[in-house]
Amino acid sequence: MDILTRRRFLLASGVVGAGALAAGAGALGLAELLKTASGGTSDASARKLVLVTLYGGNDGLNTVVPFADPAYHSARPELAYAPEEVLHLDDTLGLNPMLTGLKKLWDDKRLAIVLGVGYPRPDRSHFRSMDIWQTASPVNPVQTGWVGRWLDGTSAPPEAAVSFEPVLPPMLAGETRAGSCVSPSGLSLPNGITPEMLAALGQPEDGEPTPRARAASAYTDLLHVEHLIREAEKTPRDPAAGPELELLTTGTGRTSSLSTQLALVARCVEAGVPTRVYSVSLDGFDTHADERAGHESLLKRLDDALSGFVNRMSRTEAGRQVTVLVYSEFGRRVRANASDGTDHGTAAPVFVLGPRVAGGFYGEQPSLTDLDDGDLKANLDLRTVIGTMLHSVLDVDPGQYLDGFRTDPLPLLPAV
Amino acid sequence: MTDPVALLLRRAGFGPTATELAAARRAGYAATLSALLAPVGPDVGATSAPLPDLPLDPYAGQRDPTPEQKIAFERRREKETDEITRWWVDRMTVASHQAVEKLVFFWHGHWATSIKKVRSPQLMMVQHRTFREAPDFAALARRMVIDPALVLYLDGHRNTAQAPNENLARELFELFVLGIGQYTEQDVKEAGRALTGWRYSLAEERSIFDPSAHDSGRKTILGTTRYFDASSLIELLLQQEACPRFIATRLWFRYASSTRPIPKALLAKMVEAFPVPTAMLRVMFEDDAFLATDGELVKQPIEWFVGAMRQLGLRPATLPDDTRSELLKILEDLGQLPFAPPNVGGWRAGTSWLTSAAAQTRLRLAGKLAERAVIDRLTPESLAYLLCLDGWSNRTYAVLRDASADPRRLLTLGLVSPEYLVT
Repeated sequence: MDILTRRRFLLASGVVGAGALAAGAGALGLAELLKTASGGTSDASARKLVLVTLYGGNDGLNTVVPFADPAYHSARPELAYAPEEVLHLDDTLGLNPMLTGLKKLWDDKRLAIVLGVGYPRPDRSHFRSMDIWQTASPVNPVQTGWVGRWLDGTSAPPEAAVSFEPVLPPMLAGETRAGSCVSPSGLSLPNGITPEMLAALGQPEDGEPTPRARAASAYTDLLHVEHLIREAEKTPRDPAAGPELELLTTGTGRTSSLSTQLALVARCVEAGVPTRVYSVSLDGFDTHADERAGHESLLKRLDDALSGFVNRMSRTEAGRQVTVLVYSEFGRRVRANASDGTDHGTAAPVFVLGPRVAGGFYGEQPSLTDLDDGDLKANLDLRTVIGTMLHSVLDVDPGQYLDGFRTDPLPLLPAV
Repeated sequence: MTDPVALLLRRAGFGPTATELAAARRAGYAATLSALLAPVGPDVGATSAPLPDLPLDPYAGQRDPTPEQKIAFERRREKETDEITRWWVDRMTVASHQAVEKLVFFWHGHWATSIKKVRSPQLMMVQHRTFREAPDFAALARRMVIDPALVLYLDGHRNTAQAPNENLARELFELFVLGIGQYTEQDVKEAGRALTGWRYSLAEERSIFDPSAHDSGRKTILGTTRYFDASSLIELLLQQEACPRFIATRLWFRYASSTRPIPKALLAKMVEAFPVPTAMLRVMFEDDAFLATDGELVKQPIEWFVGAMRQLGLRPATLPDDTRSELLKILEDLGQLPFAPPNVGGWRAGTSWLTSAAAQTRLRLAGKLAERAVIDRLTPESLAYLLCLDGWSNRTYAVLRDASADPRRLLTLGLVSPEYLVT
């Protein structure tokens, strides 16, 4: 968009006042934009959460490997890693050999591994299990995600939760509010439709019924968040942040790579975008057949993206407020199937990493012999992990957003 | 200025065409209501979209398929899932009996069952036929309690005397028949026992009762102690006062207002008309309280999409395959692909459809629809006529007027306008 168009667009969308425009919108810094955009609530020191969803059901036993357990080797002889292959974390557990970057973070005490996370009455449907994780409601099906309920409860602005996925994950959908979706490749509008038109359509009219006014303001929100993110991309970077992360936005697929998504998160964080929750994802973990090679390639990508991101985050003050949570809808069965893969299972480890994290193991590794119909028994409710994020990153009372579920937060994010 | 006939057509069906609306205005409100709820003769429009007749599920009778077979079977299921989804959206578009079609979709959302877990298109179609065939709610509930897709979806096949699973029992109370707060946890537990022993059969496309897995003991449910089984349990639930009230409330929620509670007087009248859903709807549509809900319902994505297809003279079946797949993919991105509700609670409602993420996706879909539409000249006024809207707000009118040089652009903006997203 040329400068003139942008000025008109900014004016029309109410992102900046006319005074700021007189000073020259093209030269307007992000800081001013943020001030006018969010009523001065921008706070670079606010804690931020990055949620990484691994779609398909990541094989927890081949991610955090119980290498010393004979039951592990006998249950999946073709798939098991030998003790000398894995990256030892202690005498019994080790990381998959692909996770070298995470191993360094572990050694630096910036990686927490929460073991045996699941929920009561496990459901082996991807769809239903992911719904349970994203709504954090294992018993009653609800229409809101846990981040969405937080948006509702805190009357959060539209930029408070941002997803870089093509479709809004249910996690970010509240009753009256929802997170925003930003495409790494930019806002694409149908032929002939300009941001100015949308900005004009986005102005609620006096006396309009509430739903119609909401339909209108969705366009204003869309332009507003889009604009924040794009400005963040253009902001000169702090040299302290170190080398630029890979930012390939020219991919042809619907979903961009995890490292691209995380590179965008990094820029937003460093530029002071007031987003508190980011959602990114990596798909392909449904490894029913010939698992080993495919799974390793996914873990390698995960490792590169995560370790690059966390290392970069630790270099700036804003970045040091970031915590990353990595989860999948379920783990996989203990026993391999006949196709050198594994079928849908239950409990699995969850990773929490970042500069604020107190590294180490939390929870207990489930037994490989005391099984529930061939599956691991969860030792820790997913609501305890999510509750910890609500408590220690978003600074709210977890029970309020988890239908009254009471739990002590895990001590993995100690107050400074 | 509200036009009652237009409101009725928009709510009772997926969205009238300009021709239908003009005819209905001539006929008047009462005659239009009768034609909607008690249509005479066969559905002429629907004859070009008959129910698909699928061969047996590939897994039927297969005890231990090889990995190669599984791949082939999954492929077939995907193909047939696509086929029935396409068919249903097409059927909604071409059906002349719009209120009948809309009610089938209502029941799908009420007894929400997703093919994403069920996997078998055949079982989903068994359930779909039940929605069409059951004459009233009581008959529907009797069939649904042992519907194979629902049993599979809510783990009924894992519910045995030895290892009870309460999933189906709980939803039966809470979401399907009585509504929350009308029972205790103990009732759920006991009802779970009553439902033991049923499992789905792909080969027979129905549920089969296995007496050895059934808990034949006495159960106390809602204060009554008997040797309850699935059949006597559902009769007990249907006798509860909460049942007709709950169904009336759900109809009001989807057809009238998702924010305002149903007025007491109307609720009482709808309860009188239970269990025939069209009789309940007639009472509701005849009530002034219904007309007062104008502008209070956010269109569900499927209503928005099917309504637009009808008004633009498009139908899914005649679109090129890749275009149709693309449109359905975007519909899925909007969160409402038929046969795939997000969870057993059914579709979202109200302003939760109006996220900025959905706005972006809807723009994409509107652009695609406008590309396919055959239009030569369009003004803001003729666009309102085409989309059966009462008119434009000053805001939207100004945007449309400035964009009117290009009819496709004008149409796209009309489809995403706040006026068109709400009814």
